[in-house]
Amino acid sequence: MILYLARRIVYAIPIALAVGFVCFMLVQIAPGDPINAIVPPDAPADVVEQVRRDYGLDKPLPVQFGLWLSKVVVGDLGRSLATGRPVWADLRSAIGNTLMLAFCASGLGFVLGCILGGLAGTFRGSAIDRGATGIAVAGVSVPHYWLGMVMVVIFSVQLNWLPAMGAGPGGSSDWGWDWEHIKHLVLPTITLSVIPMGIVTRTVRGIVAEIMNQEFITALRGKGMTRSGIFLHVVKNAAPNALAVMGLQLGYLMGGSILVETVFSWPGTGLLLNSAIFQRDLPVLQGTILVLAMFFVALNLLVDLVQTTLDPRIKRA
Amino acid sequence: MSTATTPTAAEAELAVQARQAPVRSQGYWAGVFKRLRRDPVTIACAAILLLMLLAIVFAPLLAPHDPYQGSMIRRLRAIGTPNYLLGTDELGRDILTRLLYGGRLSWFMGIVPVAFAFVIGTTLGVTAGFMGGRVNMAIMRVTDVFYAFPSVLLAVAISGALGAGIFNAILSLTLVFVPQIIRVAESVTQGVRSLDFVDAARASGASGFTIVRVHVLGNVLGPIFVYATGLISVCMILSSGLSFLGLGTKPPEPEWGLMLNTLRTAIYVQPWVAVLPGACIFVTSICFNLLSDGLRQAMDVKG
Repeated sequence: MILYLARRIVYAIPIALAVGFVCFMLVQIAPGDPINAIVPPDAPADVVEQVRRDYGLDKPLPVQFGLWLSKVVVGDLGRSLATGRPVWADLRSAIGNTLMLAFCASGLGFVLGCILGGLAGTFRGSAIDRGATGIAVAGVSVPHYWLGMVMVVIFSVQLNWLPAMGAGPGGSSDWGWDWEHIKHLVLPTITLSVIPMGIVTRTVRGIVAEIMNQEFITALRGKGMTRSGIFLHVVKNAAPNALAVMGLQLGYLMGGSILVETVFSWPGTGLLLNSAIFQRDLPVLQGTILVLAMFFVALNLLVDLVQTTLDPRIKRA
Repeated sequence: MSTATTPTAAEAELAVQARQAPVRSQGYWAGVFKRLRRDPVTIACAAILLLMLLAIVFAPLLAPHDPYQGSMIRRLRAIGTPNYLLGTDELGRDILTRLLYGGRLSWFMGIVPVAFAFVIGTTLGVTAGFMGGRVNMAIMRVTDVFYAFPSVLLAVAISGALGAGIFNAILSLTLVFVPQIIRVAESVTQGVRSLDFVDAARASGASGFTIVRVHVLGNVLGPIFVYATGLISVCMILSSGLSFLGLGTKPPEPEWGLMLNTLRTAIYVQPWVAVLPGACIFVTSICFNLLSDGLRQAMDVKG
């Protein structure tokens, strides 16, 4: 067991390195000289040459990767071309906001998905099942950026109940636990939660239906256990898999919130990425993608470790 | 086996008999179509998709106006305006016309990356699954790396680095879907490889290529195809999403995601006109999803 956990952690290292390499290559595949990602285009030629030597951009690619990596591991992601500030400084506050949104959305999606999926799996083939499955398909098929716009039309434009943009009053990007901030969180959270809702519903439905078909449920019924007792048994059996799906969804939402953040001008990593793309600010683009991807790798590992620890049925050599 | 060698006289006679004999037992595909016919949801989705396809193919005949010709005096008309059935956009262009024309690019960008990924992913995945050993290691470990990115992030990262444009968007989306198809293709192929008829073919001297062509592909293409049809829905959302971010199609080209983006500023003036292109994406995507589910059930593909 401990051996497996250790091996799993060791195995994550090459993946993380390779992910780093892909992020490093992003600047290389960008059209034009990578030096343009560091110096502004109107810099004089001798300055460009100086910077090229300072950054080691005249060296072969593997050496460059090594240099880049040694900076990244100590948290130096370079400087933004647009603002001149260190990428990490902008990224830190953005990550907090994105995490906040992703946590709320995956939490809401998980709760709704478990309820819908649990009901659908228990009453398989019924009208409830068809309804829940329909909602799940709609949840995974809806372009969520469009759903966000529809939400804004209904709740901001027509009803004027909730704010359409930003994370706080007056465009503040710092989070606070007051009513005004929570009101800003509602629409983006609901919008982003439809994807995990759909996926969790499908998964939980499948798991619950499979468990309900097993003999031990019949045995429990036969010996006269109450419905709530059986329910607990089902939950215990379904929990590890459902939690694993939910954990991965959190990671997908961290990376996938860019579209929803753009719709709601939510000051997170997505908005940062969007403006970086718009201004062709490659260091910001690279840094943000790297951090989000690393977060996803770490989360994958964590989910795997927790699932192995929680579920004694998983015996991995 | 018989395809590897010239057919003997007995075999040829059998083939002639088979052609002449009335069909007694149902073939696999006949069963699939029979099951599909009894599935009203799948039929309805297929019908909607077919109608949309016809509408966008014959857009020049159906569209009442020019998709590029705007006018400053009739900007942002409401739905139901005479002559402009679905209103006009922020530059005074007819929405209905642009939705019809826009479907062409949206469908193209939703299907083409999946088709490319299907070809590339199947080739690599079947190779990895059939060859095993080091080849498998090499292909699957690279796949793992791309799997370590959430798909939206990977698409945005590659498109963002390469810059806007249809070609770059298709390239990045293909890269997003290739690893997913490789994984499915590899696991299905491994399942088939261990079956007895593959051993029998090998024992009778068939080469690896022949075994793959004759015995493996026929058994793995179905499941991979079903999986790929499910990806079209995702691809359509992603490609429109890239256009929505300004990474796919460039204006003034009509495309649903880009229309959604440019109409976003009109959300306080004509909110229901502004959300129309997204509704088109939604309907297409949900129909492809349900169609894929229906196919999966009718073809009895597991997973």
